[in-house]
Amino acid sequence: MKKTGAQIVCESMINEGVEVMFGFPGGVLLPFYDTLPEYPQIRHILVRHEQGAAHAADGYARATGKVGVCMATSGPGATNLVTGIANAYLDSVPMIALTGQVATPFIGKDAFQEIDIAGITLPITKHSYVALNPGDLPKIMKEAFHIAQTGRPGPVLIDLPKDVLQESAEFSYPEKFNLPGYKIPTRGHPTQLKNAAKLISEAQKPVIIAGRGVVISRASEELKQFAETAQMPVITTLLGIGSFPESHVLSYGMAGMHGSGYANKALVDTDLLVAIGMRFDDRITGEIKGFAPNAKIVHIDLDPAEIGKNVAVSVPIVGDVKAVLQALLKMIEPKDHIDWINQLDEWRKTHPMTDIRDGAELLPQYIISQIYEATQGDSIVVTGVGQHQMWTAQHYIFNHSGNFISSGGLGTMGFGLPAAMGAKIGHPEKTVWCIDGDGSLQMTLQELATLVQDDIAVKIAVLNNGYLGMVRQWQDLFYDKRYVATPLSCPDFVKVAEAYCIPALLVNTREEVMPAIQQAMAHDGPFLINFQVEPEENVYPMVPPGATVAEFIEQPKKEVSSWPRRSTL
Amino acid sequence: MAATQHTLVSIVEDKPGVLNRIASLFRRRGFNIDSIAVGHSEVAHLSRVTIVVNGSNAMVEQVRKQLDKLIDVVRVSDITANDITVRELALIKVKATSTNRSEIIEIADIFRANIVDVASDSLTIEITGDEDKISSMMKLLKGFGIREIARTGRIAMVRGNLGTSPGETGTAGRRAKKQT
Repeated sequence: MKKTGAQIVCESMINEGVEVMFGFPGGVLLPFYDTLPEYPQIRHILVRHEQGAAHAADGYARATGKVGVCMATSGPGATNLVTGIANAYLDSVPMIALTGQVATPFIGKDAFQEIDIAGITLPITKHSYVALNPGDLPKIMKEAFHIAQTGRPGPVLIDLPKDVLQESAEFSYPEKFNLPGYKIPTRGHPTQLKNAAKLISEAQKPVIIAGRGVVISRASEELKQFAETAQMPVITTLLGIGSFPESHVLSYGMAGMHGSGYANKALVDTDLLVAIGMRFDDRITGEIKGFAPNAKIVHIDLDPAEIGKNVAVSVPIVGDVKAVLQALLKMIEPKDHIDWINQLDEWRKTHPMTDIRDGAELLPQYIISQIYEATQGDSIVVTGVGQHQMWTAQHYIFNHSGNFISSGGLGTMGFGLPAAMGAKIGHPEKTVWCIDGDGSLQMTLQELATLVQDDIAVKIAVLNNGYLGMVRQWQDLFYDKRYVATPLSCPDFVKVAEAYCIPALLVNTREEVMPAIQQAMAHDGPFLINFQVEPEENVYPMVPPGATVAEFIEQPKKEVSSWPRRSTL
Repeated sequence: MAATQHTLVSIVEDKPGVLNRIASLFRRRGFNIDSIAVGHSEVAHLSRVTIVVNGSNAMVEQVRKQLDKLIDVVRVSDITANDITVRELALIKVKATSTNRSEIIEIADIFRANIVDVASDSLTIEITGDEDKISSMMKLLKGFGIREIARTGRIAMVRGNLGTSPGETGTAGRRAKKQT
């Protein structure tokens, strides 16, 4: 049966189970948008800026594990997607980016709103296509969805010229396709598995470091069994947060630049590091020579190019994390490492992650602990990028995979609000908090209108310190407090929210925090709280740039009230 | 980790943009290409790319893995450690007068090169061989005055039964790189 290119794109999306897409129309996309009402199965969310569409698709994909779909028109629409595509690429998020393109006779002629978006996004996509015939579209769509969500997931871009959307071709959705150059490793090599099992049985001070690969592979249960059987302490990367329950006795939180002191000390002392689905980012390793200097490293990752890229490893295991852990579970014996765990618990006492001081100041860490209390750890928390992101990683206790959504690799300010929007659409039944900074929020503030138009009940907590806080912190610690271009004049966020018809509250004191959070959660719809927090609070501990993980700086000693970490085991 | 010259052979799908993807990857990861030669392979729709890179073993291994991740790249092998036949073709246009023309032709004969064009004041020589052979001849011709040089870059093939072709089992390069 003959269908237009636009119909083929829609039919293909339905075949792939797409329920929602985030987009912004434009001249060359009119044939698509004119067709879209024929397919009510696809919900279209109109964003206010294309960057918002890409981040929303990203947040949706991370919250659901499904492919996120975003769309933008040719030229500026497409270039506005670029940051969001790069963000998804660095954090391995399955995404399809559909871009409009000028009609094929105009390609290469510098036509109005023509830009080579496939060329621009070449280094930040897993793959890309320029569709030159409507007849190619079914195959392209099939391959694109397959590539985006299998193996190490990532964004795939499809450029759609206007005439290709208009013209007709025979449509049947292909069952099969041929991608001879696309290989997905599945289970690890038996010899390497044996080597890993041997090292695990011999280790005295083993540590697991879990990354986003565990989340992607849905291997939390296997990780838990593995850690419990071999009695290995578990630390995570930023994006590994939630892959292992943080209230578990074997959990020692996040390591790295703003990781806990005890996690970083464990990295220094360990004799066997089992790295699972992580890629030794410089924010985790610090100066490489001081990273796990006494350890043999077992590296489990799906992507062979990650093995040996930054850190030399003793045992490389290329394979799907879940399959590898299942195989290893059959090969390891129950062990105990009481002395080592006692050592870690000792460090937990001497280097606690407890910087919520008593007193009157409204501390951002306090707010996050209160959001945790109010939600009982059961909400999806999405952050922007900056101090608030690190405080959230440190002070909210995440026990479920996929509940913490944050921009890791690219560190994209402005990610929070649109990603929270996508997460809420993916999980309407869950509470979704967007914890954002005043700087980060202002980068994508316009999406407040999207929340209202599409009734997306995201709760927004602005930790407003009137600074670009993380940059100010670096100026404070490493540039003699010269606060250049970091003091930030902010609008009255309450009035801004109200102008968008979103109810909002201003909070200045600790007493107001919990009632405001409860009011936000009781409200049926989006809600914003502007927390005027202590302006010059820093994130500690901190591994200074260029230092080893052993050289973390801790909060200068003040009165400390310990934030209790709970145990379930 | 000493830098050495490596020969990579890659079988790629003959699709628009595939060379762009390869070149973009080298630029973005900071790898340098010494030479690159592209042509059809024995299979329709598949091209063969021979890339010469200079770097440590670890760096070149990273290049190989990153190339292998490209969807349009079907296979990449580092065949440096194999017994390989290496060839390059060069066209060299040399200044020549009636007095020294025969001397130049003699040099060409020694290198088993061909004279492919004769003009009143120049000779064009076609030479095939490995880079050393071509360089040695160029050194000898330098004195006459070289007008123009065109070189293809290296192409290479594993000797004997092992190959880098799609569909063949036991490809040489993979076997050589098993150490990771």
